[in-house]
Amino acid sequence: MSALYKFTDKELQEMDSVIARYPKPRSAIMPLLHYIQSLDGYVTSRGIEIIAEKLNIAEAEVTAVSTFYTQYKSEPVGEYHIGICTNTLCAIMGGDAIHDSVANYLGIECNQKTADGKISLESVECNAACDYAPVVMVNWEFFDNQTPQSVREMIDQINDGKPPVPTRGPKKLPTWKENSRTLAGFDDGLAHQGVQAGPASLAGLKIAKGDK
Amino acid sequence: MATKLTPVLSANWDEKDSFTLEGYQRHDGYKGLKKALAKEPDEIINLIKESGLRGRGGAGFPTGNKWGFIPQNDGKEHYLVVNADESEPGTCKDMPLLMANPHVLIEGIIIASYAIRANHAFIYVRGEVAHVIRRLQKAIAESYEAGYLGKNILGKGFNLELTLHCGAGAYICGEETALLDSLEGYRGQPRLRPPFPAIAGLYAKPTVVNNVESIASVPAIVNKGVEWFSKLGTEKSKGFTLYSLSGHVNKPGQYEAALGITLRELLEMAGGVRTGHQLKFWTPGGSSTPMFTSDHLDVPLDYEGVSAAGSMLGTKALQIFDETTCVVRATLRWVEFYKHESCGKCTPCREGTWWLKQMLHDLEDGKGTPEDLEKMLDLCDNIAGRSFCALADGAVAPILSSMKYFREEYIQHQKLGKCPFDPIESTLFADQIKSNLVGA
Ligand SMILES: Cc1cc2nc3c(=O)[nH]c(=O)nc-3n(C[C@H](O)[C@H](O)[C@H](O)COP(=O)(O)O)c2cc1C
Ligand code: SF4
Ligand code: FES
Repeated sequence: MSALYKFTDKELQEMDSVIARYPKPRSAIMPLLHYIQSLDGYVTSRGIEIIAEKLNIAEAEVTAVSTFYTQYKSEPVGEYHIGICTNTLCAIMGGDAIHDSVANYLGIECNQKTADGKISLESVECNAACDYAPVVMVNWEFFDNQTPQSVREMIDQINDGKPPVPTRGPKKLPTWKENSRTLAGFDDGLAHQGVQAGPASLAGLKIAKGDK
Repeated sequence: MATKLTPVLSANWDEKDSFTLEGYQRHDGYKGLKKALAKEPDEIINLIKESGLRGRGGAGFPTGNKWGFIPQNDGKEHYLVVNADESEPGTCKDMPLLMANPHVLIEGIIIASYAIRANHAFIYVRGEVAHVIRRLQKAIAESYEAGYLGKNILGKGFNLELTLHCGAGAYICGEETALLDSLEGYRGQPRLRPPFPAIAGLYAKPTVVNNVESIASVPAIVNKGVEWFSKLGTEKSKGFTLYSLSGHVNKPGQYEAALGITLRELLEMAGGVRTGHQLKFWTPGGSSTPMFTSDHLDVPLDYEGVSAAGSMLGTKALQIFDETTCVVRATLRWVEFYKHESCGKCTPCREGTWWLKQMLHDLEDGKGTPEDLEKMLDLCDNIAGRSFCALADGAVAPILSSMKYFREEYIQHQKLGKCPFDPIESTLFADQIKSNLVGA
């Protein structure tokens, strides 16, 4: 039976607009998986059904792709998904200590979420921000130069309903679902917010310009 | 201070609106494109060949030659795919570039596509960087609106569509053929070569895959000329590039300089190794490039210089570690990364990285034996060069190089029966932790 009835007309149209970006429909599988996460928070069975139907491939093929990539979740994550970089450089600069401290503070382990579903925790690989180590990502926004203390404060802010502001990102931290929509390629109008570059990005330029 | 710094890609990053079309146009933005479209496509390919530009994604392959491999007038669609997957540990240049100056990449894409006769280009950007993705989306939209993308660009009859594609967390998708499979909607696993992407790439059509920084370097070359570009750098490593310093250094960050600068020179600008500490080991170009020590401070950081010293320039990701860092721990963590990211396609890598991780765990815990060290080297020998793609070679690089320079430290772990290092000492907040300010 068709999965079409499980989605609104607007949602189906948006999926079609994703497919139209590519010369071949199958290329749309990744943005469509991000799109499903923007609706459902994770890769749901209705999501797999509709993608298979839209792309005219087997559901097993959609599952094979979704399970290959770590950003696609087979279970719901928190509204705020914290990824602590524990690749070598960040780990050594403090990422391991931050990870343990945060897990302890939240009372959960890696890859779990809090009972109220607000926060989940993951340890992530190098996030291309090593000059800001230790790095923490929340919903894939950059939080640079973190300490155990600063991340615990972030958690308090989330629990107080005042999510922290990313170091290099929009003024208001989007939710997991909102940012999944951005990853699916939809404009959220926030590109102009936040700094163009952080201090480390400018380190060489400053010297070249004669600043000490 | 007289410096060898040459900000080109990063020249406007200190201006608030550097990422907008307006901000970019204040700095010669899209001037190179106008010059390029006045030339024949082949002239552009020759110009890039003459410039000596080499790929900035790791391997250093000459960019103009790569473009020249695309069969011309074959009646097929051609594609340009920009590799913005940036996931090699330590590598952190493309993301700040795209956040601060996405238009320089887009201009480069239009010129490169024109040269190789592609009418559809793609940017494959890693998925874990929401704000970078937004900046790219916005810049692409601005570029379409200004008539730099779309139909009949600048009235020259050239058409180009540009699609931004977000990855979803898989290091292997940075390998160019895995990237193409991923972009076609499959699991990202490397393809058998030949055929090379230039003959059968995306959708089995002739395709160029280039790194962000390679393509972003093109507009300046076209605008300022080959002579200007090839005056920078060294004999076989021309031009400017982004060096990224991270780790135990006082002023980590991006340092755009002519190729051939040394770590000693860079460290001097970056305020030296963390105050009160000494350099222990460093990577010249990400974790896949064999590590160096303080004996290598004067190695010219160009393609030839670094390889003559036994490593690779790679992505110019200079990760600096001081004497508080356990080299066995660092190596273990890198190997855990490669094990986690192995795509599973071939046995030596899939099984080998699993075993290497177990052995290194034991060695780090002080439970290894002297025979384990030999066994580990033997295992490395059976993995490197015997696997399907270069991920596996990257996995053994930290092991072989750390064993070469720090064998004693491995043995020390065994003698002590544990790791001799306190992991807190290497953290940036070691002092605060000790005085219980940030409490662990
Ligand atoms: C495991 C692996 C990961 C890679 N990751 C990247 C990457 O994130 N970005 C990149 O540009 N090149 C990466 N490469 C190199 C690409 O395969 C390819 O050589 C490069 O994109 C070519 O661009 P260039 O010629 O402009 O350097 C990777 C290679 C391997 C083997
Ligand atoms: S070497 Fe590793 S990553 Fe490369 S194809 Fe083989 S299993 Fe996959
Ligand atoms: S190691 Fe953490 S961002 Fe690179």
